[in-house]
Amino acid sequence: MKYVKEIVWIIAFTFIGEVLNTLLPLPVPAGVYGLILLLLSLVTGLVKLSDVETTGNFLLDTMTMMFIPAAVGIMSVTDILLPVLIPYIIMIVVSTIAVMTVTALVASAILKHSGEKNADKEATA
Amino acid sequence: MKEAIINSNYFGLILSIALFILAVKIKSRFKLAILNPLLVSTLLCIAFLACLDIPYDTYRSSAGMLNFLLTPATVCLAIPMYKQLKLLKDNLLAVFAAITAGTCCSLLSILVMGKLFSLSNEHIATLLPKSITTAIGMGVSEEAGGIVTLTVAGIIITGILGNMIAESIFKIFHITHPIAKGLALGTSAHAVGTAKALELGEIEGAMSSLSICVAGILTVILVPVVNSTLV
Repeated sequence: MKYVKEIVWIIAFTFIGEVLNTLLPLPVPAGVYGLILLLLSLVTGLVKLSDVETTGNFLLDTMTMMFIPAAVGIMSVTDILLPVLIPYIIMIVVSTIAVMTVTALVASAILKHSGEKNADKEATA
Repeated sequence: MKEAIINSNYFGLILSIALFILAVKIKSRFKLAILNPLLVSTLLCIAFLACLDIPYDTYRSSAGMLNFLLTPATVCLAIPMYKQLKLLKDNLLAVFAAITAGTCCSLLSILVMGKLFSLSNEHIATLLPKSITTAIGMGVSEEAGGIVTLTVAGIIITGILGNMIAESIFKIFHITHPIAKGLALGTSAHAVGTAKALELGEIEGAMSSLSICVAGILTVILVPVVNSTLV
C-alpha cells in the first residue's frame, strides 16, 4: 500500500495543478501549481516527506528521459526551423552560456561575501 | 509486421528508453560532454524514425506516456526544495539576485543578437522565453507575437545545450558552490537543466527547481517590457 498512497498524493497534486491551470487566467503551468502546493503541504505538515519520497525520487531520477518525445518533436517543425536554424543556434548557444555564467558568478560572489561575514561573526562570537 | 510493431501502444516508449540507455552507455564509454545522453538519444530516435519512414505522430502516440509523466515529476521537484528549505531561506539574497541577473541577461542577449542578425520582431519574440520551462514559455511567446512551435523547439535546444555544457562552464569559471551551480542550471536551462542539477546533487536540484519557478515568473513580467522596445 505504500506505493499506492504515494502515487495518490502525487497524482492528486498534479490533478489540482491541472485544474488551477485551467481555471486561473495566469500563465503558470500545472506542474508549477502542483509543485508550490506540495511544497506548502510539506511545510505545514499536511503531507509527510515519507508520504511522497520514494515515488517522487523515482520520478525525479527518470526525469531526463521524459524529455525525449518532446525533443524528437523538433523533427515535425524542420520545414519552418531550417530557414532560421543558423541564427537560432548561434543565439541559443551564446545566450545560454552567458546566462549560465552570469547566474553562477553573481551567486558565487554573493555567497562568498555572506560566507565571509558569517565567518567574521563566528570569529567575534 | 512493421505496422504491428510501430502501432503497438508501447513502441515509442520502448524505443525511447532503449535509445536512452544506449546513449548513457555511449556517454560512460567515451566521457565527452558532447555525447549528452538526452541529445544522443533524441538524434538516434529521429534518425530511426526517419530511416524507417515512421511519422512523428505514430511515435508520439505511444511515447506520449513519458511526456505524461513530466507534470507529476515537476510536482515532485518540491521534494528536494523542501529538504533544502533552510538553505534556501539562509541565502535568499544570493538566490534572487542571481536568478534576476540571469533572466535579464537572457532577454537582453536575445534582443541584442536578434537585432545584430536583423531577425524580424516575430523571431525575436519567439526566442525571448528560450530559457524558461515549456509550459510557461509557450504562453509568453504567444502573448509577445512569437511563433509558438519554434519557441518549443528553441526551449528544448536550450535545455539540452545547458544540460550538456554545464559541467564544462563550471570548470572554466571555477564555480564550485552547489547553490551557484543549481541556480545557473535552472535559470539558463529550465527543467532539462534541473534534471542535470539533480544528477549533481540534492542542493543543486533544489536550487535549480526554485529557479524554474522564479525565472519563469520574471520572464512573464519582463517580456512585455522588452517586447515594447521592439518597433
